[in-house]
Order: sequence, then structure tokens, then C-alpha cells
Amino acid sequence: MQMASAKCVGLRRQGGVVNVIMITVALLFMVLFLLLPLITVFAQAFAGGISGYVASIVDPNTLSAIWLTLIVAAVALVVNVVFGLAASWCLARFRFPGRLALLTVLDLPFSVSPVVAGLMLVLLYGRQGWLGPWLEAHNLKIIFALPGMMIATIFVTLPFIARELIPLMEEQGADEEEAAILLGASGWQMFWRITIPKLRWGLLYGVLLSNARAMGEFGAVSVVSGNILGLTDTMSLDVKALYDGYNIVGSFAVASLLASLALVTLIAKTVLERQFLGRSTKEEVSA
Amino acid sequence: MSLADSKPGPGLDLGLGWLRRGRTRRHILPGLGLSLGITLFVLSLIVFLPTAAMVGDAATLGVGGLIRLLATSRVLGAFKVSLGCAALAALTSAVFGLLIAWVLVRTRFPFRRLADAMVDLPFALPTSVAGIALSTLYAPNGWLGSWLAPYGIRVSFTVIGVYVALTFVGLPFVVRSVQPVLQDLEAEQEEAAHMLGAGRLQIFSRVIFPAILPSLTAGFAMAFARGLGEYGSVIFISSNKPGVSEIVPLLIVNELEQFDFAGAAAIGTLMLVLSLVILCVIMLLQRLVRSSRHG
Amino acid sequence: MAGHVSIHNVSRRFGAFAALNDVSLDIPAGELVALLGPSGSGKTTLLRIIAGLDFPDSGQVLINGEDNVARHPRERGVGFVFQHYALFRHMTVAGNVAFGLQVRPRGQRPSKAEIKARVAALLDLVQLGWLADRYPIELSGGQRQRVALARALAIEPRLLLLDEPFGALDTKVRKELGQWLRDLHHGQAITSLLVTHDQAEALELADRIVLMSQGKVEQIGTPAELYTRPASPFVLEFLGEANRIPCVIGEGGLALLAVSGHALAQSVEPGQAFASPGAVLTLYVRPHDLVLEARSDGPAVVRAIKVAGAFAKIELMLGELALTALTPLHRLPSLHLQEGSRARLIAAQGMSFSAAGAGGSVQFEAPRALVMA
Repeated sequence: MQMASAKCVGLRRQGGVVNVIMITVALLFMVLFLLLPLITVFAQAFAGGISGYVASIVDPNTLSAIWLTLIVAAVALVVNVVFGLAASWCLARFRFPGRLALLTVLDLPFSVSPVVAGLMLVLLYGRQGWLGPWLEAHNLKIIFALPGMMIATIFVTLPFIARELIPLMEEQGADEEEAAILLGASGWQMFWRITIPKLRWGLLYGVLLSNARAMGEFGAVSVVSGNILGLTDTMSLDVKALYDGYNIVGSFAVASLLASLALVTLIAKTVLERQFLGRSTKEEVSA
Repeated sequence: MSLADSKPGPGLDLGLGWLRRGRTRRHILPGLGLSLGITLFVLSLIVFLPTAAMVGDAATLGVGGLIRLLATSRVLGAFKVSLGCAALAALTSAVFGLLIAWVLVRTRFPFRRLADAMVDLPFALPTSVAGIALSTLYAPNGWLGSWLAPYGIRVSFTVIGVYVALTFVGLPFVVRSVQPVLQDLEAEQEEAAHMLGAGRLQIFSRVIFPAILPSLTAGFAMAFARGLGEYGSVIFISSNKPGVSEIVPLLIVNELEQFDFAGAAAIGTLMLVLSLVILCVIMLLQRLVRSSRHG
Repeated sequence: MAGHVSIHNVSRRFGAFAALNDVSLDIPAGELVALLGPSGSGKTTLLRIIAGLDFPDSGQVLINGEDNVARHPRERGVGFVFQHYALFRHMTVAGNVAFGLQVRPRGQRPSKAEIKARVAALLDLVQLGWLADRYPIELSGGQRQRVALARALAIEPRLLLLDEPFGALDTKVRKELGQWLRDLHHGQAITSLLVTHDQAEALELADRIVLMSQGKVEQIGTPAELYTRPASPFVLEFLGEANRIPCVIGEGGLALLAVSGHALAQSVEPGQAFASPGAVLTLYVRPHDLVLEARSDGPAVVRAIKVAGAFAKIELMLGELALTALTPLHRLPSLHLQEGSRARLIAAQGMSFSAAGAGGSVQFEAPRALVMA
């Protein structure tokens, strides 16, 4: 590959003017569509100066939204990790009837509208939903309450970790796990001592992506939350509530926190990807 | 490596006995029962049962009711806005996404890595944040809106806003779909074409473009699917006027707020079917991409 | 105690493909046996079944008379060396070797000090003590192979299974390691079974070769038996090159070369069941058994002479038939051959099999050499 790209430099480097035009247009587009919105968030957040910004953040409603976001994301994270490991283990390591169908279903939360996801949950767990009477009889409130927001968040983030781990597991192969079993390891010994360490970077990567989405999810959560200010508002919903209430600075202050999270996620993702890349090229060289 | 020397592959029959025993005789690796159990349990609570509830509720309308509902001008209008804007936005994402992918892979410029990382911003940025940012940016008094206003172009609070928001969310899908294929493209093919006397434009249109077309189409389809379902970033920048700039997801929310559960379920089911169709198209295209990359 | 493996009527299918078709086999304790065959012959599948990594559709694998499948892997006493080593990439060399001891249940687990001593001893055995704290990624292919072997030996197996152990190594390392493995095997009370597609490797290392083809055992025997008395044309051709010379049996059992109609000066022994007049048979003659004499009236024409190391390869045409002869390089000048010269051929040894595969083979040995004149 290295050789090939070195050879082609001559051909591919031709036409400097065309390249400059293309780079300019591409960067202009990225500045207009990606960079400016990001800058707007921070510019608007600090429109009222630092004190206005701090005041918006320490507002009790905002603080409770941050707290709620953290709780929802934490629960979603635990479920996602357990589900992601289980799903990738059975889908990557075994062949069974219905496996392909399961793989397809796994992608569904990515392609269906978050609003439809929220709607489905309302129709199942809501008061008029299929499980509504039963839940009410047992005094369980899911929709317009915290559990519903957790389930909605889990729905939209469910595939992230499994989607990351399945190709990784398939690429790594099962040899190391088989070797561990033949050496006498029990299933759990194999899992904790071989499988988890092998997958750690992929797992972290999936956690990172699913967490970013979990903390920022809007559509699905807004449908099931009922928007009771200070009670069922996550940060993402708080952004809308404040914006609709014409508290622009407050809205953008909360938004700036979420945007910072997005930036941190992007940086961590890039670092992880480079670590992956470094590792894989090293293996290729020595193989 | 031949079939016999490789591990059991797809299509291996396990019969039904493996379910009863909980652990299949065919595998030395443990944990199929447990992992499959967890997977099906979570999927049932989160995906299967809710889907069944929605489709079931939609079915209560009956075929006649369903057609009557979907034929109302408000529903038709919402679909027209959603499909039209998503298609146009995905097309824009495809054009500029291809350009960005090309520039990132084939050229070197300062801050290229930064630009590469920035592409994922729409993935990482919560949609409500993107929504208020775009809305403010393109408002008549915003940085871009004030610049467009003298020409009579209004973006925020019109259907153009919907298009802008959907382009924003769709862009990374195209770039990330095309980029790896462009990276893998063998230099030899281009060099061979060059030696045979093809010009740059001919090399692109006859050698490179056909090779990346499946991944570009897959990226387009993903951007289109995402645009069709997008809610958070759109509702801030759109005027949300029924029939003009009301998108389908917003219509579902509105139906829900009026407690028209069957109506919401019906529209939701139609959206689900659309997503499934697009999902299948994407999977087929990705299989095509994979086979051409590794074949 | 070394393991005695007996395999009874094992079959294994993958979909429509029969990887193993009613295979029965007996491997005496303490031997070093090679499972040899082209890819797709089912040898790796058989190895995985013996290890318990895969399961037969029917049939049984017994180790020292006990059914292996029913037992926990820990109690099977099988060491397995994977084709690509399958070293635990996140553990050091010492960690890899110690793993099998560390995962034993508390009661059976040696103390930390014992484990440490055992690992050190094993690493010395494979001459890698100085690499104990390295990670697999930092090792060469040959070193990884030896770590994999030490790891497999750590659990004191009765049976050592090796899947293409030298497949990923270059020729020189492959030879050294092969010899080393052979010595190691003889120093341990262990039965070893190695899968290979390389006939030279099998001939050189194994006490006994099991030659497989299309899911069946073609022949079992010592390397010398397989080479000198192959049971079928497949075995003969898999274990080395051979010229195929089509013949027709004439009156009195005289074999006529199908290409030229020339009679062979000395011929198939009369009375062979398949050598009746009119029968068609193929003579197999290995290139080094084909002796050339320069004669201006000889039937064969030298087309090319290629020097390959210690041997010269002489390509000939006998009418339409292309033949190859091999001669030690130092003997080449005395043959007085060059491109275009004519020669008489003498087959010092040859073999023939009955057309239907029944019957068996005929061998022509030195005193009654075939002369193609």
C-alpha cells in the first residue's frame, strides 16, 4: 500500500490549480455548514458575558437537567454495554437460524426516526398503550417519566456498541478464545481474561459514540418525556424549553455544554482511531 | 483456504436441538444461550414489542381508514416536504460529501486532519443544538441570514431551512461511506488508464467514479434515511406550517399531542416501512461495496 | 502417559460438502504422525474434531479408549497449536504460557511459585527464556510458534495437535523448527499429530503419514512405505513428481508405448490381471528413475536442460509425450547431452496401477528395467 501510494504520487499530484479550487470549495462548504453553527453556539452562549453564562449554567433547572442527563446516560450505558457484548458475542461467534434477521433488526434504531421510536414506546408503555393497564395496576409509570426516557435513549443508542464489536470480533477470529478453552479456561475465565481485553478499544469506542448520542438525544426523549420543566427535562430538552421561552443566552449556554461534549467526543474518537490504526499497521508489518 | 479446512461458515445447520439443550453441541465456545437470551430479551422490550404495538394500533384503522388518513392534504403535504427536502438534501450531501472525501484522501493541505475530524460533527452534536444554531445563523438578523436577506432569500422559518438542516445532518454519512473506498482504490488502475492516454477527467469518470458509485449511493441512501426521520434540528429552523414546511416526524408529534394515537401509529408505521426499505437498499449496496473492496 | 487415538467411522459435512467421509484411523501412543493432504482434503477438520473444537456428525474419537467429546476440555489432555498461533496478544510470553495453569480450579492450581518455575522451565525448553516479558507482537514468526508450543505443553497434554505449524514461516526457519520439533517430541512422552500440506515436511518429520484426499484416508504408512509403495496414483503423484507414460498391452504381455507403438524392451510381467492384451495402462516413472543414454537413433529428443541446484532437469519429447528426467549435476557432462540431441530412455523403476483402481500396483525394479528404445 505504501509503495503503491508512493508510486502514484506523480500522477495524483498533477493539476495543482484544480486541487486548490477543490480544496477551497470543500473547505468553504465545511466552514459554512459545520464550523459556523459550532461557533454560533459559543458566541451566543457568551453574548451576555461570562457572568450571564455562569448564571445560566447554575440555574437550578439547568443543574437538574444536567443531573437527569447524567442518570439517563449512565443507565443507557450499562444496558448498552451488556447488550452490546451479548449481541456481538452471539452474532459474531455463532451461526444460527434467524441470525441475519437479527443483524438487520439491530440496525433498525439507526434508520428509524427518533420520533417514531418515541411513538412506539408511548403506544406500548403509555397509559393507553398495550401494557398501560398492567403498568398502572402495578403503579409503574414509564411514559412521561424517567424510565421512559431511559428506554427511549436505549432505543436510539442500542446498536452503537454491537455495531463496533461485531466486525472487530469477526476480524480477530475465535482462535484465542478456542485456545483458552482448550487450555482449560471456563467460559467466564475466557470472557474476562481473553475476550474483554481483546475488545477493550472497540468497546471504549462504542461507549464513546453511544454516550455522545445518549446525552444529546432529543427526538425520541422529547416524545416520551412530557416536558415537565425541571422534572423530566434533559439538557437537550432544556435547550428547546429555554429557546421557546426566549431565553436565548440560557438556551445556548446549555447548548454550549452539549457542544463541548461533542467536541471532546470527536477528539477522543480521533485519538482512539489513530491508536487502532497504529496497532493494525504494526501487526501487518511484523506478520 | 478450502471449505473443509475452514471453520463452520454461514448456512451451517443446527436443527432445533441446540435451543432445547441451551448450548449447542456444535461449538466448543460457550455462552450462545446466555448471550442470545440477553439479546432477544432486550430487543423484545425495546424494539420488537414497541414495533408490534405501533403496527397493531395502526391496524385498528383498517385499510379504508388508513387510506383516508394518508390521503388527507396535511399528511400528503408532510410527506411531500419530508421526501422532497430529504432527497434534495441528500443530493447536496452527496455532491459536497464526495468533494470533501476526495479532498481529504487525495490532497494535502494545512489542518487536513482537523477538517477530517470535523466531518463527524453532525454525528456528535445533539440535534437540538444544531437546530438552534442553524436557526440563529440563518435568521434574517443572523450572520448568514442578514447576508442573504438583501437578495430576498429567507432560510430560517421557511422550507429552505428544512433543506439546510437536513444537509447538515446528512453530510457525514456520504463522506464516511465514500472515504474508505477512495482510500482503497488501487493506484495501478489509474496509472494504467493514464498510460493508455486517458485524461484526468476521463480517468475520473471512467475509472474512479464507477468504483465509488456503490458507496456514494449507499451514503446518499443513509443521508436520505436520516433526513427523512430527522426531527430535532428541523423544528427550530422550519416554520412548521402544515402543508408547507411541516415534516412527517413533527406531524406525528402533533397527532400524538391531540391524542390521535391510531393516526400517529399509522403514519409511524408508514415511516417504519420506508426506513426498512431504505435499510435493505443500504445493506445491499454495502454488500456490493464490500465485495468489490475485497474481491 | 502418551495418548493412543482411535477414530471410528467419523463423518462431517458442511452443508452439501462432505469434509470427512467415514474416516477410521488408529494412532499408536508416542508416535509423531503427519496428516498430509491438499487443501480441502479434510485434514484440518479431522484435527479440530480430535481436539474437540468441532464435532463429528457421526462416528467416535477415543483417546486411550475414552470418548473425548463428553469430557471437559480441561480433562482431555490435548495441547493444540493453532495455524496462526492464536497467542493472547495482550499477555506477555510468560503470561501466555502460564495461562493454562492459572485457569485451573483452585484445588488443582499450582502455587504462584510453582507456576513461575514451570513457565521458566518450559521457556528454557523452547529456548525463549530471554523473551519472557515480551508481547507476541514483538516476536518473529518462529519465536511465536515456539511460544505457542510451550503454551500447549504447559498443561502436560497426552496428545499434541499442530495445525500447519510451519505454514507461515519461511523455508529456512521451517526446516530448523521442524527438526527441533522432532527432537522435542522424542524427548516427551507424548503423541503428536501435525497437519501439513507440504509432502517434504511430512516425509522428513513424521514416523507415520496419513495421506488424505477428499475427506477420505488414501493411505497410512511410514514415509518410506508411502514413497516406494503408494497405494494409488494420487499418493504417488502427491509425494513427488512422476512422468506418466501411456502404454497398451500387446500380445504376450508386451507393453507398447501408446505414443510411438514401440515395444518396451522389457515388459510387464505376464499373468498380471490387468495386463491382458489390449489393456491400456499408465506407467509412472519418477524423473530421477529415468536414465538417459545419448544415442543418435534414440526415440527421445532433448528439448531443454535446466540446472536447479544440485540437479539438472532434462526435458524430453518422446513423440508427442513430454517427459522430465533428473540427474545429479556432476553426472551431466558424462551424459554428452545437449538441446536437440537424441537419447534412449531406461526406466530404472516404475509403477503401474490397474485401470479400475482395484488389483493394486506393479513395480518394475532395477534388474528388469524398462528400456524405451
